[in-house]
Amino acid sequence: MPLTPDQKKELEAKLQEFVGKPIGPPKAGRDAVNEPMIRAWCDAMGDANAAYLDPEAAKASLHEGIVAQPTMLQAWTMDGFEMHKGYDEPVNGVQRIHKLLTEHGYTSVVATNTEQGYTRYLVPGDEVTEETVIESVSEEKATALGIGYFIDTRTRYTDQNGDELGWMTFRVLKFIPAQQTAAADSGETAAAAAPARIKAPMGHDNAPWWNEVEQGKIPIQTCNQCGKLFHPPRPMCGECGAMDMGYIAASGKGTVHTFTVMHHPQFPGYDFPILAVLIDLEEGTRLMSNLLGCKPEDVHIGMAVQGSVEEGDDGMKLPVFRPVA
Amino acid sequence: MAGTLHDQAAIVGIGETKYTKNSGVSELALASEAVRKAILDAGLQPKDIDGLTTFLLDTNDEVEVARSVGCGDLTFFSKIGYGGGAAIGIIHQAAMAVATGAAKYVVAYRALNGRSGQRYSEGVSGDIVTTDLIHWSWYMPWGLLTPASWVAMFTQRYMHDFGAKPEDLAEVAIATRDHAVNNPAAFFHKRPLTLDEYMDARWICEPLRLYDCCQETDGGCAVVITTPERAKDLAQPAALIRGVAQASGDDQEQMTSFYRPQISNIPEMELVAKQMYAMAGLGPDDIDAAIIYDAFSSIVLMQLESFGFCGPGEAKDFVKDGALRAEGGRLPTNTHGGQLSEAYIHGVNGVVEGTRLIRGTSTNQPAKNEHVLVTAGVGVPTSAMILGQQS
Repeated sequence: MPLTPDQKKELEAKLQEFVGKPIGPPKAGRDAVNEPMIRAWCDAMGDANAAYLDPEAAKASLHEGIVAQPTMLQAWTMDGFEMHKGYDEPVNGVQRIHKLLTEHGYTSVVATNTEQGYTRYLVPGDEVTEETVIESVSEEKATALGIGYFIDTRTRYTDQNGDELGWMTFRVLKFIPAQQTAAADSGETAAAAAPARIKAPMGHDNAPWWNEVEQGKIPIQTCNQCGKLFHPPRPMCGECGAMDMGYIAASGKGTVHTFTVMHHPQFPGYDFPILAVLIDLEEGTRLMSNLLGCKPEDVHIGMAVQGSVEEGDDGMKLPVFRPVA
Repeated sequence: MAGTLHDQAAIVGIGETKYTKNSGVSELALASEAVRKAILDAGLQPKDIDGLTTFLLDTNDEVEVARSVGCGDLTFFSKIGYGGGAAIGIIHQAAMAVATGAAKYVVAYRALNGRSGQRYSEGVSGDIVTTDLIHWSWYMPWGLLTPASWVAMFTQRYMHDFGAKPEDLAEVAIATRDHAVNNPAAFFHKRPLTLDEYMDARWICEPLRLYDCCQETDGGCAVVITTPERAKDLAQPAALIRGVAQASGDDQEQMTSFYRPQISNIPEMELVAKQMYAMAGLGPDDIDAAIIYDAFSSIVLMQLESFGFCGPGEAKDFVKDGALRAEGGRLPTNTHGGQLSEAYIHGVNGVVEGTRLIRGTSTNQPAKNEHVLVTAGVGVPTSAMILGQQS
């Protein structure tokens, strides 16, 4: 439901009240700068610089001891996963802005850019405090993602003596997703905007298989001469040498031969964790697929499953399997 | 002409770049540095080199490397496909070339910006249409895009069939890491891994956790190969190639041979082992140390079985009492830290370490080093060799 001009004016007036003010009192980091966190950061980032990791090498360097990776600046005072709670029960100014916008239909958020400046290297024992000010809230902008407001904050980091360690600017877009905007006007463009799973490219040897899937069948390639079944499809029967291949429809009855629960890395268009299963079809061939309607902890080798062709939210038709009740 | 490659070739020079996460230079620069170092290590000059061989995946064509390093005329050049399966395939090529007289001195090399450039962990995508992509299309729509996802499928079944536990995979990761702790060239130098850290690390694809998966590295490696006769006049003790073989198994796919009756073993590696042992006139009991390709921890267990160090499904018991450890283990394995903990140079850093083991110069040098096994990638058409000392 789009806002009326008056509602929008009222919203924007409320947004501007936050500008120029701190989001809340200064916040001290939970832990002083310390080597374990430095090491964990370096591991995660793949940074092998001895100045952060090797006490001896660091001592010999111009730093004369271990220093923190500068880009960690934000990590010392950052809230953990607890942060998400603040978006329902705001505890600071930024969260109040987000909640206000969410209530007005600007439900999505994306961080668009951030910059950091470093005044000095942090060393173990430094106690970091941050103070964040809302610098600006933009006019309503139309972006590729959707219509929304840019919110700019500036955070200043100081040490135990109140001296500056560095700063960070952070910009987010709080927006009504384009998909949702478009959905109101035209359903077609909305679907196109969503990320989709990777489709199989079509070649001579696999396109017929996918054509069968489009008809709602789980196809198995068969040699039209000798009847041997194959998966994946191929141009020639390795049994009799014929190049006359066709398809039968599998019953969809099968069992799990092996599986994996995939967590990382996560690709757009797929729902993680993915339950990937290798199915022994009752006809005797195997098929890689996904198991739906099953918790990751419940899948097991030998599990009886039933396959069918299902159409996903991305419009892709795929043979997938579900546990047999 | 010799009817066998047994004792017909030797590794006489090794070279490697630093292993980093961001080399800041081209892959050709890495290849050139590694190749030149290997040539000089052998006591040769670039103009002595008349053969080059590398991976099909390597972006540094032989002619580019030859021009950059200054090799001059070449009479032999070749590339081997199938990812890490080529690690010993290139040694096989070089051995054939020097044994037949196609070339006198061949450099086998591999260089990649595997972390700052194209990362294999990011998986295949539908962006570039090739015939190979049709193969991957049987996996992509269902989300299996990465090496970890493919290997997880085999690993799950392997653990199911033989009762291997997470602790057994952990022993591979931890023993390997302990070796890296002593190796200044290793990414995990001085950084040991505890069982708790291993278990607490995030899932990649179950049953594979973070530390079951290898590094991604920028770096390059090269080795020089020539005949045993020429080797006698060079700067370093030779690592004699006692046996070397390639194999592709029945119903082989690239990383996804899911359609065989059994998927908890590695038939192509068994075929490599059979040929290699027969050529060398040796068996598993003769092997003193090993470099076992470790893109993932589980494939080390599976290869211990392929190469007959224990029976099918028995690797979990074999590794229990520290068999893989340099200090007192039955089969000191991946003494450089492996690809799990030193660097991922597609197995060729293992060729370099295998040569060091024969020379007696590993940072984790075991006492016995008469014969060293070096294996190549798993899940693909692959290869392996036995190195020995020249008498």
